[in-house]
Amino acid sequence: MQQFHQTFFEESFEGLDIMENELLNLDVGNADNESINTIFRSAHSIKGGSGTFGFTAIAEFTHVAETLLDEMRDGVRQVTQESVDLLLKSVDVMRDMLTVYKDGGDMDADNIATVQKELEDMLGAENAPQEITNSDSATDDTALTGWHISFHPHVEMLRTGNDPVRMIKALGELGDISIVADITALPAFADLNPEDSFLSWEITLTGDINKDDVVEVFDWVEDECDLDIHPLAADSGTTIVETQQTTNNALPATPSVGAPAQVTKQAPTKKGGGEAASIRVGIDKVDEIINLVGELVITQSMLGQIGGEIGSDESHNSSRMEKLLEGLAQLERNTREIQESVMRIRMLPISFVFSRVPRLVHDLSSKLDKKVELVTIGEGTELDKTVMEKIGDPMVHLVRNALDHGIETPAERLAAGKSETGTLTLNAYHKGGSIIIELSDDGAGINKAGVLNKARTNGLVGENETLSDDAINDLIFHPGLSTAETLSDVSGRGVGMDVVRKNIKSLGGSVRVDSTEGKGATFTIQLPLTLAILDGQLVKVANETFIVPLVSIIESIQVKSENLNRIAGKADLYKLRDEYIPVIRADHIFGMNKSHSELNDRLMVVVEGDGKKAGVIVDDLLAQQQVVIKSLETNYQRVDGLSGATILGDGTVALILDIPGIIDMYKEKGAPVPPAPVNPDGKDPDIADEAA
Amino acid sequence: MTTPATELNSIIGAELDSDADQFLTFVLGAEEYGVDILRVQEIKGWDSVTPIPNTPEYIKGVINLRGTIVPIIDLRQRFNMPEVEYGPITVVIVLKIECADRDRIMGIVVDGVSDVYDVPPEEMKDAPDFGSVVDTEFVRGLATVDEKMIIILDIDHLLSGSEMQATDQLAE
Amino acid sequence: MASILAVDDSASMRQMVSFTLKGAGYDVTEAKDGAEALQIAKSNSYNLVITDINMPNMDGITLTKELRSLPTYKFTPILTLTTESSADKKMAGKQAGATGWIVKPFNPDQLLATVKKVLG
Repeated sequence: MQQFHQTFFEESFEGLDIMENELLNLDVGNADNESINTIFRSAHSIKGGSGTFGFTAIAEFTHVAETLLDEMRDGVRQVTQESVDLLLKSVDVMRDMLTVYKDGGDMDADNIATVQKELEDMLGAENAPQEITNSDSATDDTALTGWHISFHPHVEMLRTGNDPVRMIKALGELGDISIVADITALPAFADLNPEDSFLSWEITLTGDINKDDVVEVFDWVEDECDLDIHPLAADSGTTIVETQQTTNNALPATPSVGAPAQVTKQAPTKKGGGEAASIRVGIDKVDEIINLVGELVITQSMLGQIGGEIGSDESHNSSRMEKLLEGLAQLERNTREIQESVMRIRMLPISFVFSRVPRLVHDLSSKLDKKVELVTIGEGTELDKTVMEKIGDPMVHLVRNALDHGIETPAERLAAGKSETGTLTLNAYHKGGSIIIELSDDGAGINKAGVLNKARTNGLVGENETLSDDAINDLIFHPGLSTAETLSDVSGRGVGMDVVRKNIKSLGGSVRVDSTEGKGATFTIQLPLTLAILDGQLVKVANETFIVPLVSIIESIQVKSENLNRIAGKADLYKLRDEYIPVIRADHIFGMNKSHSELNDRLMVVVEGDGKKAGVIVDDLLAQQQVVIKSLETNYQRVDGLSGATILGDGTVALILDIPGIIDMYKEKGAPVPPAPVNPDGKDPDIADEAA
Repeated sequence: MTTPATELNSIIGAELDSDADQFLTFVLGAEEYGVDILRVQEIKGWDSVTPIPNTPEYIKGVINLRGTIVPIIDLRQRFNMPEVEYGPITVVIVLKIECADRDRIMGIVVDGVSDVYDVPPEEMKDAPDFGSVVDTEFVRGLATVDEKMIIILDIDHLLSGSEMQATDQLAE
Repeated sequence: MASILAVDDSASMRQMVSFTLKGAGYDVTEAKDGAEALQIAKSNSYNLVITDINMPNMDGITLTKELRSLPTYKFTPILTLTTESSADKKMAGKQAGATGWIVKPFNPDQLLATVKKVLG
């Protein structure tokens, strides 16, 4: 039985989600009956399943909730806010119980009992309908010698697929039987309708047999026959002649077996004639396919490269060669298609994450006495399952934060000239190779002065240091800076914005905030569509090939020395249109052979990470391609500034740059910048040495 | 010099060869070293490596081993021996290292591979602090085979030692 | 080898019924709701239909009525699976033409015994 448990848990949790969703969307004054039915059915399934699989505690609890729902769908009970809230509570209890059954642990018996009592109270009268047992069971007769049974099926009894022969056989298993068939009702053969029953029987059953057992044989046909059972008198002669059973068999169409011609069963066809079906697949199988496809991409890339090399060699020209190259091109197209197809398997719509929010908003807004309306856009936007699983918690925290610190109380809002009800908007969409999730509220926005003060108190920001608005707002992500004048139990305890940023970063994404005081704030989360594949720009730094994620690149330019501003001994800044960005020498950051330190005319890739911009100096720009991300940590360990490695078409390893990481490294370690040239003619003393 | 293991073995008259561990031996400079053959995944010729920035000298970089990224360590540099040019017989031994949290695959660059020898447990002597090139922390024992002394390495300590821990902490 | 059509919107119940009966040598086809079951039933033939009552897209009662209107299923045993042990639910099934019922929760042995009784 164990093996079915997994499926049961999965579908039960899904059922609970459905219940919760429908309950939240139920219009109390004008409840949709279809909706109530759906909720009922989910509860019903869970009750049935848990009973079957032995999870009796849930079965019992759910039964009470189901009874309430049954009354609602029958129209016997009104749908009230109170009952909806109680049912929502019940959903939580059921979820907890299921989790205990699934993962182990202890049940919160007190809580369960409390909620169950509330349900029972609401039901008012007695709870579960009593099991209706057979009315005859009160009499527990045990025949001395047996029973006499008169069994007269009604004409139409055969039409329910019941077969008298079967029942007689069943009696035969209880004890010895002798049977007399009454064929008086049989019409002439020509008038005989094989679908009707015309026979009846007198059956004598001898043995020490419980009457209940006899009754049970006819359980199903109680209303379709005339049944008479009385105990045999001790001397009731049972010299009854067995009439030929053949009269029975003479009736054609022994109905329960069905027309012989059709008994030859056909092989069952696939279920679901043509309907869009879905199939549950273990995620490890999907991961395996993705890995293999990744390997395929690398191999195909290698072949493509070799083919290119050979093909460019004139001496190898031939029609065979042409065919080979064509084949390789085709292979590349096929591989790309498989890859895209396979990546899509793991993609699921973000609605799975968004679905947690309505309940959260419902509960929080009532707890905080605030009025909040939730708007969700782009629920169908897809992202990788693994990314989605990990983005749930950060999102929940951001929602809590928006409701707790962002949206004001109705009174405050009115005073500020806003409508009583605040709005929280979730918006998800694709941009480039990423998925963007925006969380906006029309609340009070970030209190810049408060944040700045706190930062100054904590020594994060110097007394006289001035920061741009964006920089101040960004401070909320700094550890140790929970602006907790209101350290409510809703948010601000332990799990801070810094953890949110850290979690999002570990997914290869970023989060930033835009805020206008008095108007509201928008948190923007950017996440890679998938964790396995990356669109990259190959660059050369000191003879080594690195990959810069395309999603981080804003543009690539050639350095013009007139835009360079050197801060003595500290850093280089580049004037890019209307802002200054730090110049990061990749070779220095990585402790590689320092190339000449002159920057003019060098290639600079302008990148952005975590909302910060920088220019990275590289020696050459190579191709752009999709690469499969390989982990450095599997056999080695995490390296600052790198987010992984990949295998190029020629089989060599190229390292993938972690742009936010590099920017951090630059800020912390500083890039050793050659001293300003001493010679008036501007020649850098370093260069002279390396020219040799 | 008998060890308790040797004494016990002679008391119970244990069969010598069936208990023998097998070691793959290789040459580094003037000395011969051995590693447990059960940990050897494969032996490759030396090929180019992708260096990893900001790592100790003896970590040459990483290679692509049939789709997995594997770090390569230069033992000469690890043992602070003088460097040599890699040549045609330079070899990379790919090993399975058992670390605290999981197993890792790593490769070591050596001058050349010698042979595979059986070393019964009682033939494995403790290594005194004999002022050898190698820190005794990395040495599991000494064995004598064919009149040669072989330094048996404890690769788990060699390669997953304190510097791995330190860098793991940095990463947090 | 008798063939059985098992209809239930709960995948875990379907699996359990399927597994139990297949293990006893029956051929089992699964359907997740009445509509699907009806379609399958029309293009195949079964010696027994076991169906849950509460399902979306056509419940078990309606399915039973529909099956009974098909010539090939006039006399096929149809058993309803129900957690409702109250008399009126059982009656609804019977009135629709069902042969009998099995009350949930049941264990696999009870299921097997009942099926054997019906199919012989």
